[in-house]
Amino acid sequence: MTIEVAGVTKRFKKFTALDNVSLNIRSGELVALLGPSGSGKTTLLRIIAGLEWPDAGEVRFDGEDALARSVRERNVGFVFQHYALFRHMNVFENVAFGLRVRKGADRLPEAAIREKVNTLLSLVQIDWLAERYPSQLSGGQRQRVALARALAISPRVLLLDEPFGALDAKVRKELRRWLRHLHEELPVTSVLVTHDQEEALELADRVVVMGHGKIEQVGSPAEVYDAPATAFVHDFIGETVALPGEVRAGVLFHDGKPLGLDAAGVPDGPARILARPHHVDLAPPGEAPFSGRVLSLRTFGPTRRADVEIAAGSGKVVVEAAVPLDLALEAGAVVGLRPRAYKVFAANG
Amino acid sequence: MQDPLMTPIAAPRRRFLRPQSVLPGFGITMGLTLTWLGLIVLLPLSALFIKTSEISLERFIAIVTSTRTLHALQISFGLSLAAAAVNLVFGAIVVWVLVRYDFPFKKVVDALIDIPFALPTAVAGIALTALYAPNGWIGALLAPLGIEVAFTPAGILIALIFIGLPFVVRTVEPVLADLDRELEEAAASLGASRPQALWRVVLPSVWPALLTGFALAFARAVGEYGSVIFIAGNLPGVSEIAPLLIVIRLEEFRYADATAIACVMLVASFVLLFVINRLQRWAETRGAKA
Repeated sequence: MTIEVAGVTKRFKKFTALDNVSLNIRSGELVALLGPSGSGKTTLLRIIAGLEWPDAGEVRFDGEDALARSVRERNVGFVFQHYALFRHMNVFENVAFGLRVRKGADRLPEAAIREKVNTLLSLVQIDWLAERYPSQLSGGQRQRVALARALAISPRVLLLDEPFGALDAKVRKELRRWLRHLHEELPVTSVLVTHDQEEALELADRVVVMGHGKIEQVGSPAEVYDAPATAFVHDFIGETVALPGEVRAGVLFHDGKPLGLDAAGVPDGPARILARPHHVDLAPPGEAPFSGRVLSLRTFGPTRRADVEIAAGSGKVVVEAAVPLDLALEAGAVVGLRPRAYKVFAANG
Repeated sequence: MQDPLMTPIAAPRRRFLRPQSVLPGFGITMGLTLTWLGLIVLLPLSALFIKTSEISLERFIAIVTSTRTLHALQISFGLSLAAAAVNLVFGAIVVWVLVRYDFPFKKVVDALIDIPFALPTAVAGIALTALYAPNGWIGALLAPLGIEVAFTPAGILIALIFIGLPFVVRTVEPVLADLDRELEEAAASLGASRPQALWRVVLPSVWPALLTGFALAFARAVGEYGSVIFIAGNLPGVSEIAPLLIVIRLEEFRYADATAIACVMLVASFVLLFVINRLQRWAETRGAKA
């Protein structure tokens, strides 16, 4: 099922959670909405689900107006961040809930309900927990119950709100792979909300990066990582070294000297030169565009990082640079920094 | 030979008296609790039974099975249960409105709920009597319809409902406020209608608290005296409550008669509260399994 979001705006009192957001999700895709807290990603998910209504804009499922239908008529599977399992029902009854509340002709006979629930419990690999109550389960098991419960209504859209947020790192990684696998097995379009970039990049077909109620970039995991469209995306995804600069007539300057770096298409004014740490080389101070004093060095495993203090206009900025393990370098030394691959953005953009 | 200190105590006993716990201070707090309960609760109660034992068993049976006593007990327990049941339903609705909606003067409405707690019961009784008497505001409206409230069991019921309401509201309120909204959203997303969500998800979660509120309202109503005697009319065999009968016997210096009725009330209340407590425990374990 395709999901179309067109010009959706949502305000909570004075706070604008979503500002004219448009997004097309293809049938069978797994899309991650990625962004920091307050970026509007959960609000967007809840609007798609029908748990929240937009102030303006449209949501369409397969071209049909979804806003005309309430959450119970949309047939979406929603997995809540804290699972929202029914504590007074055992695992089996939790999963069966969506089938038991059906009325009239839609109502399945008891035997069919039992069969379907058992199939789902096997699918999420917790058939042996059917008689347990939610309070007797671990976080990962609760997550699986929540997923099985959402899948019981045979949804064509599966919406997951920070599904792995409350789990420890190891379980999270394991469940992530399992969810990807599950998505491929089922005829379902999935939308996942997360603030964990690793999760989004590893799991999703496409990543929607959100910030301040707007979509900053939509693209494949490789695209948003390698070709961030905005400074926000560059900052948010992966590690970023931010170097100060100024653009005058298409040329980059730092402390009054031209840097010899490309600043095509960036308007005049203060700029930020953003690069990945492993794309910033160390060089002798005189030959590199930037130079600064090493404040401290840290080594962990195969990586070594240096905090380098660079003069920037009136003040100073500290950037973290990658240092080869075999390079002799001490705190207090002056080094040059030369970004090999970088992007230039207007400082206020 | 084993060290006597190491000898395991029989398992069920240990579970009962000595729960294995990392929390220290079981001995002293338990001792204080028992002393306190003994002084405040058990001592007066045992005095009641000792006083009652002054009369013979035949006399006791004659007192408690007399028509007047039986009727008074029936009025007290029957109307208390009815009042608690009414409070259960309407208290639940009041809680729902207070917790779930925002409206002007919500704080004022919230404070109003507590008035039956604080108001001297005699004042409540006089106020209700004035309202429901045939020449009162409400009584005057009901009189043409042939409905009499004041000086009948219906008046007692109204007084008992009045004093019991805050117990249900205040017990259920925090539980409903803590109930995760996501549960209802989850139910809706799974296709449950609003009544289904309320019946299958919300109600099972607040059942234990509702039962506690019911038990408290009931217990309060059984013991109520002040407000009832003004509105009841106190006709023996019609609208006479057991606590009033006890007071009447005391005024006649028939102390043993008074304590005999009190004993029956006490035991009956205890049994009823025990049953409600078991029900509540059952709802809780079924509900939470926590």
